[in-house]
Amino acid sequence: MSIVIEHLNYVYMTGGPYETKALSDVNLTIHDGEFIGLIGHTGSGKSTLVQHLNGLIMPTSGRVLVDGMDLADKATDRRAIRQRVGLVFQYPENQLFEETVEKDIAFGPRNLGLDEAEIDRRVKDAMRRVALDYDRLHDRSVFELSGGQMRRVAIAGVLAMEPQVLVLDEPCAGLDPRGREEILGLIKKLHEEAGTTIVMVSHSMDDVASLAERVIVMNHGELVMDGVPRDVFSCGEELRGMGLDVPQAVQLADKLRERGFDIPEGIYRIEEIKTEIEKIAAKGGRHA
Amino acid sequence: MLKDITLGQYFPGDSAIHRMDPRMKLILTIVYIVGVFMVSNLPGYLLALAFLYLVVRISGIQFSYLVKGVKPLRFIILFTFVLNLFFVQGETPILSLGFFTLTKEALDNAIYFALRLVFLVMGTSVLTLTTSPVQLTDGLERLMRPLQRFHFPAHELAMMMTIALRFIPTLLEETDKIQKAQMARGADFESGNLIARAKAMIPLLVPLFVSAFRRANDLAMAMEARCYRGGDHRTRLRELKYTKLDAIGALAMAAFLFVVVLEGRLLG
Repeated sequence: MSIVIEHLNYVYMTGGPYETKALSDVNLTIHDGEFIGLIGHTGSGKSTLVQHLNGLIMPTSGRVLVDGMDLADKATDRRAIRQRVGLVFQYPENQLFEETVEKDIAFGPRNLGLDEAEIDRRVKDAMRRVALDYDRLHDRSVFELSGGQMRRVAIAGVLAMEPQVLVLDEPCAGLDPRGREEILGLIKKLHEEAGTTIVMVSHSMDDVASLAERVIVMNHGELVMDGVPRDVFSCGEELRGMGLDVPQAVQLADKLRERGFDIPEGIYRIEEIKTEIEKIAAKGGRHA
Repeated sequence: MLKDITLGQYFPGDSAIHRMDPRMKLILTIVYIVGVFMVSNLPGYLLALAFLYLVVRISGIQFSYLVKGVKPLRFIILFTFVLNLFFVQGETPILSLGFFTLTKEALDNAIYFALRLVFLVMGTSVLTLTTSPVQLTDGLERLMRPLQRFHFPAHELAMMMTIALRFIPTLLEETDKIQKAQMARGADFESGNLIARAKAMIPLLVPLFVSAFRRANDLAMAMEARCYRGGDHRTRLRELKYTKLDAIGALAMAAFLFVVVLEGRLLG
């Protein structure tokens, strides 16, 4: 199932004093099974773009096609679209409302009109995917949980819809390092095991570098770069010009190159730079 | 839909109206509303409209923006109109449908009340569109200051208003976000009967209250951390001063009121 975006424009508060163009002429195709990292400075239009993917925002002009269905078309079943394209908002724990963890995760499936047995299966499955212990936590209040647990309950609430495409808007914002690791790990597993298409909005170049297969860069509402991480992260100057940066591995590689070490171009992952440094160390030092 | 509410929104600018003292604007708005309520014939309303239009032109705000502000209240206005149509007793019937007789007096009354509401909303919109919330509450506080002698908590009230106004956009944004998050989970806020719709509000209201309380708590902490203790002897960053503009404004309003009263005598 692919998502095709054609000439998408979006204007906030049309006609008012605060009229702002959030997206201008965005063209994009998201293929089945991809892992896309979406980066951009605050206010670059990332969040607006992802909200178009499941019809929460309708284009001012242009088209969004999910599996060939036009989202602006009245005949399109929005709920079916939202089941297929799951969207996890920033700080998703702010949307929790039910008395228990189980009921909150069941909210989505229940809205889909599934029967109790299927809802139960999906809740258990979603909790397993986000590494929450069903037996221990299912009847706890969502407001008693820790921040990281609340975040995982919220993500489970979207996973329980069993979407084919999962869009996450800064899934790690505000978490401690361990919480980040856990969330990133479960996203990775979801992509690898269930084959879910992932679109991850992130401010962390390192997170994007370690997970994404394709990187999309937004700036002032325009899609300015789209390619494999290796190519995108080799444009350090352009990225810095947009208030972004390159992953730490690229920074380290650049610094080492400046000092005369022989580091091949196109390195962007921590593991890769580690291998290179080990190679140099094995050869016994500087200008090998 | 939430974004359509223009009432209470500030439209930044630097016109003569913007630069007037908020106290004067508050008083003049009240006077204008009193003026509008004294009007009871169509030429009078045209006069009120002309005056409003003039003020809006000076302020540099598009008049259509003001009209849009009335839109969310169309049902209340319609309700008032219909209510007056049915329940005002009159003597000059113009239309008879079975048990219901439409009288001229009822029709007049209905039109006038609806118009008054429209002008009430538009008049106060001019005030809020040209005055920043901070200025507005500053003005209110100063106007209420004499009441402090009777232990009326003018400062506290103004502070509460400032905070409430400050958080309206924040909470609207939050509502929008939570609503979208729940819609992403298949929630439906738009269809179903009244009970179903009320029930659908729970997933929206619970998180909204939770976040409002959290924000209130954070804000209280932040204020304490900056040693806020309100009340007496607080000096202010910007002292309010009446200027020539305020005198002109007051005179213009007095002229308007005079003409309205005169017109009422002559035609009413």
